[in-house]
Amino acid sequence: MDLFSKKNKETFFTPLWVNNPVATQVLGICSALAVTSKLEPALVMGLSVTIIVALANVVISLLRNTIPNRIRIIVQLVVVAMLVTIVSQVLKAFAYDVSVQLSVYVGLIITNCILMGRLEAFAMQNKPWESFLDGVGSGLGYALILVIVGFFRELLGSGTLLNFRVIPECLYVKEGGFYMNNGLMVLPPMALIIVACVIWYQRAKNPDLQEKNN
Amino acid sequence: MKALRNFLDKVKPSFEEGGKFHAFRSVFDGFETFLFVPNTTAKRGSHIHDCIDSKRAMSMVVIALIPALLFGMYNVGFQHYLVHGEEASFWATFLFGFLAVLPKIVVAYAVGLGIEFVVAQWRGEEIQEGFLVSGMLIPLIVPVECPLWILAVATAFAVIFAKEVFGGTGYNIFNVALITRAFLFFAYPVKMSGDAVWVAKDPLCCAGSENALLDGLTGATPLGQVSTGITEITNAVGASMSPMDMVIGLYPGSIGETSVIAIAIGAIILLWTGIASWKTMLSVFAGGILTAMMFNSIGANDVMNLPWYEHILLGGFCFGAVFMATDPVTSPRTECGKYIYGFLIGFVAIVIRCLNPGYPEGMMLAILLMNLFAPLIDHCFVQSNIKRRLKRANK
Repeated sequence: MDLFSKKNKETFFTPLWVNNPVATQVLGICSALAVTSKLEPALVMGLSVTIIVALANVVISLLRNTIPNRIRIIVQLVVVAMLVTIVSQVLKAFAYDVSVQLSVYVGLIITNCILMGRLEAFAMQNKPWESFLDGVGSGLGYALILVIVGFFRELLGSGTLLNFRVIPECLYVKEGGFYMNNGLMVLPPMALIIVACVIWYQRAKNPDLQEKNN
Repeated sequence: MKALRNFLDKVKPSFEEGGKFHAFRSVFDGFETFLFVPNTTAKRGSHIHDCIDSKRAMSMVVIALIPALLFGMYNVGFQHYLVHGEEASFWATFLFGFLAVLPKIVVAYAVGLGIEFVVAQWRGEEIQEGFLVSGMLIPLIVPVECPLWILAVATAFAVIFAKEVFGGTGYNIFNVALITRAFLFFAYPVKMSGDAVWVAKDPLCCAGSENALLDGLTGATPLGQVSTGITEITNAVGASMSPMDMVIGLYPGSIGETSVIAIAIGAIILLWTGIASWKTMLSVFAGGILTAMMFNSIGANDVMNLPWYEHILLGGFCFGAVFMATDPVTSPRTECGKYIYGFLIGFVAIVIRCLNPGYPEGMMLAILLMNLFAPLIDHCFVQSNIKRRLKRANK
């Protein structure tokens, strides 16, 4: 068996950009708005989701032949809930500040549509290795959008990146300069507009994805 | 005029198919049709013939805005000299205001038209004329102390995200000038609200007062004062204001919104030329007055206790009713819909003023909110008309 066959590479790379969970499938928008006012929580959130989707995909894929069809959603939920709890506890133990910033949104990963979508659509029909690749790809595709949104929102809304000052202090009004942070960037609506710009760019680059007018 | 026409005719061939500036055809076309009425007409289909095209209609709105603009300039200078305690001649006052306001107009037009030209060029379309009005409205609805770069950012945002992505002039859901203001309001609240931004305090390069500022000046807008619990409205230096002062409009506020007289002249021009709908205008005032009366009778806070005529005279109510609510693109097309739309704008504006302590002025948000509902209002009336006629036909 070829671990990195063409098909497997495709499984990994399509959700990163062409079939991006946020930009194309429009899943996980809620958390993309909620946790991206700074880059750091966006990164941590993206990584947490990547880990959870990848592991949940593997576990469900291993169990896929033994799960009775009628209770598969409950089984999937139990697996995801376990993983979410582990990640949440790890964050609380090792990155307490970020977990406070993310607040309920770590726990709410369980309701993230990307998870159930990948489990239902992919892990239930495919082998563990493929499922793992699909999970990592989907998670990173989600993380990519979060990082793009978080990058612009933190840069323009706070003038920092990962809490490191990028726009020099001396440009600000209170130091005698002219610059001011854009307060709208910190509010959730601006995240939607940035997501919209990403989708705009993505559709412009991939004309196949453009919706046809009826 | 003749010389201009001759010049245009002379350079025209180089912009046509095969000419050396063919790539800039849309720019040339935009200028030519702005300066002269084009002599092309629709070839087929039924059309209503009218002597004015949309560029001429837009020009009339710009003309209607000029009284408010000139008064706004004078008021900027007047407030400046007032807070410095200096007497200045009429022309010195006007010159200061002119120099303070002119850069805003230039920036709004340069940024907005620049984006429109680039987009038209890029998509190979004709240049649309919608920004002629928006570019004049934007400077009139911002405080005088709003920095130019912020104005440029907001204008660019509004033109791109409120207009071009929807398909350009005539397709926008929201009023572009109000989106500019909303962007400024939420993105840079320090420069758009509070007490410090409504009066130009620093002298400009060649005009203005060198005196120190007077003590005890507030600089807050009347509605700002009311929302912070001041019951007796004062002007920038603390003298109390009568309703007549509110009509004349020499008090701090956004550049073009203060004078009811100047706005009334604009309203007369718009109504006389038939560009704005009297139904919308009338119903905005009706909605505002009735809602204000209703809140007067409740009277639970200071804003509710503000008499109804002061609600109408102060803030952006008149300006919004005359120039913003009547925007033909973003208001309903059905005649009955205009009553509902206008009435609800007046209603929501006063409700925001009275019930939301965070926003002393609700006109901007009220009009934007109703812009959103204009297509729905149209839909309901069109459907009910269809139903009524079907019923009549089937009888």
